[in-house]
Amino acid sequence: MSDRLVQALRREFGETILATDDHCQDLHVRVAADRLPAVLGYLKTREDCTLLGDVIGIDYPERAQRFEVVYYLRSLSLPRQVWVQVGVAEGEAVPSATGLFRSADWHEREVYDLFGVPFANHPDLRRILCHHEFEGHALRKDYPIEQGQELGEPEKLYSDRDIARAAHRASLARNPAGAGDEIHATDLLTVNLGPSHPAMHGCLRAEVLLDGETIVDARAEIGYLHRCFEKEAEDHTWAQVMPYTDRLNYCSPLLNNVIYALAVEKLLEIEVPPRCKAIRVIVSELSRIIDHLVCVGTNLVDMGALTMYWYTFNVREAMYEIIEHLCGSRLTTNYARIGGLSHDLYPGFEAEVRAKLAMLDEAVTEVVKLAARNRIFLDRTLGIGAISRDDAVSHGFTGPCLRACGVAYDARKLHPHLDYQEYDFDVPTGEDGDTHSRIMVRFAEMIQSKRIIEQALRRLPAGPVNVDDPRVVLPPKEKVYGSIEGVMNQFKLIYEGIRVPAGTAYGFGEGGNGELGFYCVADGSGRPYRMKVRPPCFPVFGAYPRIIRGGMISDAIATLGSLNIIAGELDR
Amino acid sequence: MNIIQHVANLLIRSVFHADPASWPWTWLVQAVVIGIAAFLAFAFVAIFAGPVSWIERRIAGRIQSRIGPNRVGPQGVLQWLADGVKCWLKEDLVPAAADRPLFLAAPYLVFTGMFGAFVVLPFGAQVVAADLNVGILYLLAITSLVVVGLLMAGWGSNSKWALFGGVRSAAQLVSYEVPSAFSLLCVVLLAGTLSTQGIVAAQGGWPWDWFIFRNPFMFAAFFLYFTAAIAEGNRTPFDLPEAESEIVAGYNIEYSGMRFLFFLFAEWANIWIMAAISAFAFLGGWQIPGIAPEQIAATKGWEFVGWQALSWTIFLVKATFLVFVVIQIRWTLPRLRVDQLMITCWKYLVPLSMLMVLGVLVLLALVPEGGGADTILRGAMVGLGLAVVLVSALRVRRTFRVDREHYREMEGRDLWYPPYRLP
Amino acid sequence: MTASAVPVLLVLLVAVLFAALFLVLSYWLGPRRRDPLKESPYECGIPARGTVQIRFFVRFFLVALFFLIFDLEAVFLYPWVLVFRSSLESGAAAFALGEMGVFLAILVTGFVYVWRKGGLEWQ
Repeated sequence: MSDRLVQALRREFGETILATDDHCQDLHVRVAADRLPAVLGYLKTREDCTLLGDVIGIDYPERAQRFEVVYYLRSLSLPRQVWVQVGVAEGEAVPSATGLFRSADWHEREVYDLFGVPFANHPDLRRILCHHEFEGHALRKDYPIEQGQELGEPEKLYSDRDIARAAHRASLARNPAGAGDEIHATDLLTVNLGPSHPAMHGCLRAEVLLDGETIVDARAEIGYLHRCFEKEAEDHTWAQVMPYTDRLNYCSPLLNNVIYALAVEKLLEIEVPPRCKAIRVIVSELSRIIDHLVCVGTNLVDMGALTMYWYTFNVREAMYEIIEHLCGSRLTTNYARIGGLSHDLYPGFEAEVRAKLAMLDEAVTEVVKLAARNRIFLDRTLGIGAISRDDAVSHGFTGPCLRACGVAYDARKLHPHLDYQEYDFDVPTGEDGDTHSRIMVRFAEMIQSKRIIEQALRRLPAGPVNVDDPRVVLPPKEKVYGSIEGVMNQFKLIYEGIRVPAGTAYGFGEGGNGELGFYCVADGSGRPYRMKVRPPCFPVFGAYPRIIRGGMISDAIATLGSLNIIAGELDR
Repeated sequence: MNIIQHVANLLIRSVFHADPASWPWTWLVQAVVIGIAAFLAFAFVAIFAGPVSWIERRIAGRIQSRIGPNRVGPQGVLQWLADGVKCWLKEDLVPAAADRPLFLAAPYLVFTGMFGAFVVLPFGAQVVAADLNVGILYLLAITSLVVVGLLMAGWGSNSKWALFGGVRSAAQLVSYEVPSAFSLLCVVLLAGTLSTQGIVAAQGGWPWDWFIFRNPFMFAAFFLYFTAAIAEGNRTPFDLPEAESEIVAGYNIEYSGMRFLFFLFAEWANIWIMAAISAFAFLGGWQIPGIAPEQIAATKGWEFVGWQALSWTIFLVKATFLVFVVIQIRWTLPRLRVDQLMITCWKYLVPLSMLMVLGVLVLLALVPEGGGADTILRGAMVGLGLAVVLVSALRVRRTFRVDREHYREMEGRDLWYPPYRLP
Repeated sequence: MTASAVPVLLVLLVAVLFAALFLVLSYWLGPRRRDPLKESPYECGIPARGTVQIRFFVRFFLVALFFLIFDLEAVFLYPWVLVFRSSLESGAAAFALGEMGVFLAILVTGFVYVWRKGGLEWQ
């Protein structure tokens, strides 16, 4: 497949394709910066790579072209991922891809923010994760990790001119024949939804211009929970990064653990034993259920239905008990290990999971009963916060939000990791891409996850949970205490970290909110050279201002809940 | 003669040895008695709004499969007291940018509007603070005072969320005032008086004597009034003015301590007031089955007290039952959106309630009261009421069964996606 | 009427006095620590921008107008209802009904007009 694609690209673009690399099943294509939009456009229109998943910056201070910017494109119907790389020197601009993909807007802003790479023709090139007064670029190798900056003044997202322009646009939208002065800028109320607002789960901020209660225009700001996970990852050994991944999507930390382990294992080219795979599937699906329960429950409470929230959260609590027993903690699970798991299941795990899954059935039917026939609920969700299939793809949606629009992309089906191809499950899709579809798709996915867990429990093979590879897995304690080899092995792994061969790999899977991926660049040392997370809700929140425009405040709140933005993952 | 004049006359006769009819200071004694009665009523309100809050929280806990307050006092019955004392000890904050006089005065208006409604509520056969001849109008007027208070709070806080809460509540309360006024008009039509005691007296102790079962239009008017009353009380699904997830609790966002408590206090008292109005206007009030009000008035001594207590209890039971209904509705439904709220009122409730007035008028002209047709109608309405309860219970049961079957059916299939759609 | 208004006024007075008493007590009991941040209006953690007291959405004005019209109508009906009741006995009910019919017809026409004009839509 890749060969054909490489040939097609070479035929089309000739010498501007500088290099191709088929490493780790992914196609990496290196192009000259000025040809980037053409290549991206070709891949999008001719090769079905319709989704711009991420834009990644990498800093190589010793190279002449210091920065490498990688555009991650993927197909939604074929297992095809293409990485288009361009190299630029300091100060050189990369042509922006915002004309081709809406998701490029925020992704490029992130690279600009953290690396200082400018993008030509970008409509709104501002910092995104760091504070607007921040000096320097945090992910450059010469930015010292311990250097903090004290910053206070919140950014004004709208200037007076922006407000006037928005008023003009809204007037024209209301009366296309008019002079565009029906709504005066002075009549618009500028309101901050968040960062400290009960419905802004986490710390999100949207500044909205209101005409009465109708949202005329909105802009979103993120970064309140930004702690630069990616910089921290560069400062830790591969194994030490694991606990940090707990804090990404804190509603489903186990999924983050598992997917991070998958990414590093891909670089190491090792495969975990079947028992480990099955356990990883079980804990992943448990996490997915918890994630969806939280999302649906809080979404309903945002619409004033507090009771349904409790029904979902009681089950979540029951599920958390399993995780507590398994990991000793609820949120900071830190359960997966590179090459396996921290430990095997506890006795009685199966019975407990089965009992708790029965509770899930009950809760889901109860909540669906309360909600699905409720006229108020339907009025509040049907057609509200809708996004079309094409817009969703252009914005880089994945996961339940994309499936609610009718695109059946699920990483578990298209790129079966953890032997997902052996499980019998379906990918529920909606039709309308509205709040109702998103909620219902999540309900349906919980049931599918339950099916997967039941199958995994049935087949759960015996055997070890870790790979038998002393380069990766810590030796058992009796060996450490009883033999010199064991001591040395433990010492090397702890102090130097796992030696990961130089290379690049993108390990990903279906997270709670969509495709969660870790783009790892290894330089052969014990620490990641660069670690880029693809948080599924980052592009989703990028579309949020667009989705809520024209609706009401109440709609904006209900929509946000259904998009399931997790600030820990969004801001990293 | 109401109980206050009764007590005042008794005092004048026994303490001052004068004839109440001719004595020049009668009004003063009456005023003092009323003051004391008001004090007692206040204590009653305070003691009522408090436990209502506790009841609500406990019921909410039950509905939501959690526990609810259970630490202060047995089963947590004193929780409201603890909360009150806590609010007392909190700082009374006034935002620097607030419109000070409006901000400070708003809780007074809310409190007075709520408290004033208790004056005319007919608690028992002879238990009413003042049986005004414009009782119903007075109720409509005094409860509207709350709107002014909320609007003042919203505007005076000088905060955007508070402003939203204030204007939302103003728009909502004045809108729902219209259907509730029309629905109560049906009651007045039947009773032929505005006095609250008169309205109760026009009904009877047995269900077929209640206004709700008088004719089909009254039956509908009750539900219209109850819906409008829930909206006027800012309760879910109409709790938009204080939607915490949307506008961060709205008008009371800048308030703290005791002033904040007044708003909550008014809200809880308000549930009770609207339940009480529904109870006395539609459900026969304190009327005891099988005994006429005149017979009660004619009794003396402990017997009199006994009947009073019984009538009071009947009224409280009816009102408290409606409070339960309101609480259950609150913890079942999601919240409407502001446009849906307005459309519900102006496009459904207002025309319907007008129609009900018209219907009652026509029936009044066509079917003479006490005639054979009237009796048949009343009997039929009681039957209809029972039928409505039965049918809805069966329907809910059926829906549950259908859902369960549907769920079982879909479980093993390719796609589990509820096909529920609105037509 | 005036005699029955006395208890009402008294009760309202007691209500205000009680509210005042509660607030004064809380004034004495509560702490008092001023702080400019604490006294700033709440806007989700961001300094508030612009004034709140702007020209407000015209919809609310319309609602106020409708309320004036229809609630006044309802209130006007209350005394009429009492008259109607007494006229039922005297036999002049048809006349009272006819008169009110005209009044109601005008208002219902207005209501239909408002509806048709889209005055009841919120958007």
